[in-house]
Amino acid sequence: MEFLSFSNPAGLVALPILGCFILFFIPGHRANLVRWISTTIAFLVLIISFYFFLSFDHFEGGRQFIYEYEWLSLIGPWGESQRAISMSVGIDGIAVTMILLTGIVMFTGTVVSWNINVSNKDFFILYFLLLSGVFGVFITYDLFFFFFFYELSVLPMYLLIGKWGSSSKFSSFERTKEYSAMKLTLVLVAGSVLIWVAIIAMFVQSGTGSFHIDEIQKVIPDKFSSEFQSAFFLMLMIGFGILAGLWPFHTWSPDGHVAAPTAVSMVHAGVLMKLGAFGIIRVGMTLLPEGAQVWMPLLIGLGAVNVIYGALSAMGQTDLKYVIGYSSVSHMGYVLMGLGTLSLVGLNGAVLQMFSHGVMTALFFAVVGMIYERTRTRDSLVLSGLAQKMGIIAVLFTLAGLTSLGLPGLSGFAAELLIFIGIFQSYEIWGIILGSLAVIGAAITAVYILRLLAKVFFGLADETLPEYLDSTPREKFAASILVIFIVLVGLWPFPFVKIIESGVEPILLQIVGAG
Amino acid sequence: MNFHLIYPEFLLIGLAFLVLMLDFFLSEKKKYLLNWVSTLGMAFILGIALFMNQQGDLYQGLLIIDGYASFFRIFFLAIGIVVTLISRDYVDSNISNPGEYYAILIFTILASISLASSGELLTAYVSLEILSFGLYVLVAYDRYNPASNEGGVKFILLGAFSSALILYGLSQTYGLIGTTRFNEIAVLLNSMENISIGMVVGFVLILAGIAFKLAAIPFHMWAPDAYEGAPIPITAWLSVCSKVAIVALAIRFFTNGIFPLAPDWQPILIVLAVLTMIGGNLLALVQKNMKRLLAYSSIGHAGYLLMGLATLVGVSDEGIVSKELTHLVSNGLIFHMVAYGATNFAIFFCLIIVYNSTGREDIQGLSGLASRQPLVALVMVCSLFSLAGMPVFAGFTSKFYLFNAVASQGFLLLVGVGIIASLISLYYYLTVARYLYIEKISDNSMIYVSFNSKLILIALLMFMILGGVYPSPLMDLIQTATDSILKID
Repeated sequence: MEFLSFSNPAGLVALPILGCFILFFIPGHRANLVRWISTTIAFLVLIISFYFFLSFDHFEGGRQFIYEYEWLSLIGPWGESQRAISMSVGIDGIAVTMILLTGIVMFTGTVVSWNINVSNKDFFILYFLLLSGVFGVFITYDLFFFFFFYELSVLPMYLLIGKWGSSSKFSSFERTKEYSAMKLTLVLVAGSVLIWVAIIAMFVQSGTGSFHIDEIQKVIPDKFSSEFQSAFFLMLMIGFGILAGLWPFHTWSPDGHVAAPTAVSMVHAGVLMKLGAFGIIRVGMTLLPEGAQVWMPLLIGLGAVNVIYGALSAMGQTDLKYVIGYSSVSHMGYVLMGLGTLSLVGLNGAVLQMFSHGVMTALFFAVVGMIYERTRTRDSLVLSGLAQKMGIIAVLFTLAGLTSLGLPGLSGFAAELLIFIGIFQSYEIWGIILGSLAVIGAAITAVYILRLLAKVFFGLADETLPEYLDSTPREKFAASILVIFIVLVGLWPFPFVKIIESGVEPILLQIVGAG
Repeated sequence: MNFHLIYPEFLLIGLAFLVLMLDFFLSEKKKYLLNWVSTLGMAFILGIALFMNQQGDLYQGLLIIDGYASFFRIFFLAIGIVVTLISRDYVDSNISNPGEYYAILIFTILASISLASSGELLTAYVSLEILSFGLYVLVAYDRYNPASNEGGVKFILLGAFSSALILYGLSQTYGLIGTTRFNEIAVLLNSMENISIGMVVGFVLILAGIAFKLAAIPFHMWAPDAYEGAPIPITAWLSVCSKVAIVALAIRFFTNGIFPLAPDWQPILIVLAVLTMIGGNLLALVQKNMKRLLAYSSIGHAGYLLMGLATLVGVSDEGIVSKELTHLVSNGLIFHMVAYGATNFAIFFCLIIVYNSTGREDIQGLSGLASRQPLVALVMVCSLFSLAGMPVFAGFTSKFYLFNAVASQGFLLLVGVGIIASLISLYYYLTVARYLYIEKISDNSMIYVSFNSKLILIALLMFMILGGVYPSPLMDLIQTATDSILKID
């Protein structure tokens, strides 16, 4: 039974789905049983994603763990095409990094969600459904299934935010969770409208009768003219860019992150936004290399706007979650800029930044969730001097903050450094301008993070606040996993970069070859 | 004569009369047995139909029993069983004279089957009239309810009007061509040098009639009122059976009959499709009543079907008609109808369950359903997502398949419009989902779900999911069905 083998990536999709099935048959009132089963499933997924990361051979590179199953045939003038729609899975260097990230965030998110009391069974079912979609996107090499899983990872979001989320009150208006959930879902699905059209267009134009990326890739020089490529790359770039938080389509993201419950914010900012960037690489750059060359200057420019705009907006926020939401927009800007460099260093940096930001922002949201549970507020004007009462939580937030502003020795520095080098290398004058903007963005990040640290954590303790408990062992356990990876990537990024490079290189070679 | 080909149809007529007869002899308390008789009778006929694989023509090609007809025979019997099952509780508690109800329902099934197997326009017209008359009665069945009466009257008047259009177009065609058989029409059209305007008018009138029956915008006026007024199981039946039957006829008529005229009718259908997709979904946004909302949603879905019908054959820039991709498109159409049918029955069944216990059919009445009846809410939310075209449900896969087929025919822009229309639809489906899962309970009345109902709900849910993740067995069936009408000659 080869499909039951441990090294079949489809297991990453199947296991969370299996979890959904098991949970479905457990009575809803047995909340603790639900928690334990969910944690076990998430732990197994974590183990498997570790297994893939460790056994990925970066000397060999390319795509590994390949499995393929026929799914549906399409009748047409192209004859009996063998791979019309196939469940075709495999893992390359980029995907394996993302899979590790997803495994980590999924597990820590599950552990953090132990405190959910309102129908936690439904919560975990939707949460696992979401994550199986995320894993599916990373492992599949068939455009139909790519889109299938892409939509699957957006779909449960509405109910997750709408049911377990929280509304936020501003002085003059209230932003309800229903509003944020609806906005997020509609905007993301609007993005996938563009992706859907582009995928169908590529299928039709290729004339191969197959949705398999390899089959379409074979006919790129013959069938995809430059005009076609540039038109549809733009479509894909915006479609995926919406999920990656590309300015000016980013507005769903802070609202969505703020309204979502902690674990969902972690997954959403940590993993889901990366799907957008991943899609640009996997579908856009791979299948439309000339289009990529045409539009990359725009992407890098918009990325720079993202960085600065996100950082400035974060500076103006008082709600802790909004600060982090906007900082995610800003950090995704680095990823987009890294993609836009079209150089090995820059792309390595972009993917490493995807990993680094994923872990970091998961830690951020986890910590903010802990604070909110204890104080029932996220307003940085109210909170003050938390370090005295919640020492460990303060340390965790500081660590995440320092990663975010790019302190050497932590993961953010390694990734951002690579991206900066890539930008300066790839473009001459514009490289200097955009590179400087990116560095300025990091400086602004330092401003708002340090200001927050100074006031909220190390300011004068507000004596009127009640005594708060510090983090529980469960929370420490979850956070420490994230911290380990932040420090590991910061101190020793070499193995990560090697693995990422093995995935990035062939894609880049193709783009350079096409020009 | 080879009457053995239509034994199932004869048996269906027999079953309808048996139900009518039994109604005389059963006391009021025993009337619930009529449901069992209809269900088991249809299951028996379905069993026979499953094992019948002879093919041939009857009455010199008026009725064609081929793979396509057999597929739809099985399909209509299957959904007929589903609709009888979901009618049970509703009829028992809301409707007097169940005998006629079930008998007329069986007649409409018969009419749908013969619509899918007719190879000639007049047979199609007669079948269509049997179907329509059955539906007129069923829509107005709840005769003490003014809404039902209003919907029924509108439906009859406009339905009769559209039938007249079809009949007029038909006579025009017959007068100018001299035949009503699909394949002869095709041969004659192919051999003609130039097509007279009268002939085009005839076909356009037939198209308009079809658009009426499909409730395509701007011919949709009857639909929302008829849907709202009809008893809920009949609304479900109306939204699935009549549409599928018409499209089944249209696929055969277009691909075997008037395809040489495609350059003339294709643009009309494309315009209708765009109007219907966008209009139906936009109008659904403001609805407060679930039945009305689903009426507009099914108008939107008729738009997707029209899009498929419009692109059944390809027309090159020089006006040359090609049937290269007809197979793919018709597979897509049938797949989408099957998925849509199962999904619609699921959602209407949920509505029936809620209505039976609470008497409410507005969206507000569904609030907090997830905590009142988790299974019903689950099935409902899954069908909503399936209608919106979200994975892992059948609606996603079928929509993807259909849109992909239409785009392969060269209509990427039209597909773009379709995808945007389905984005619009997501808003109101999500709004209903919000009432189910997020809003607080507004109405504390108990919702009772019998064990049988649970089984049906689960079966429909399984079908929706299987159609989405493992469609290849279904596609193989559809493939054999379309093979028989699209023989390469």
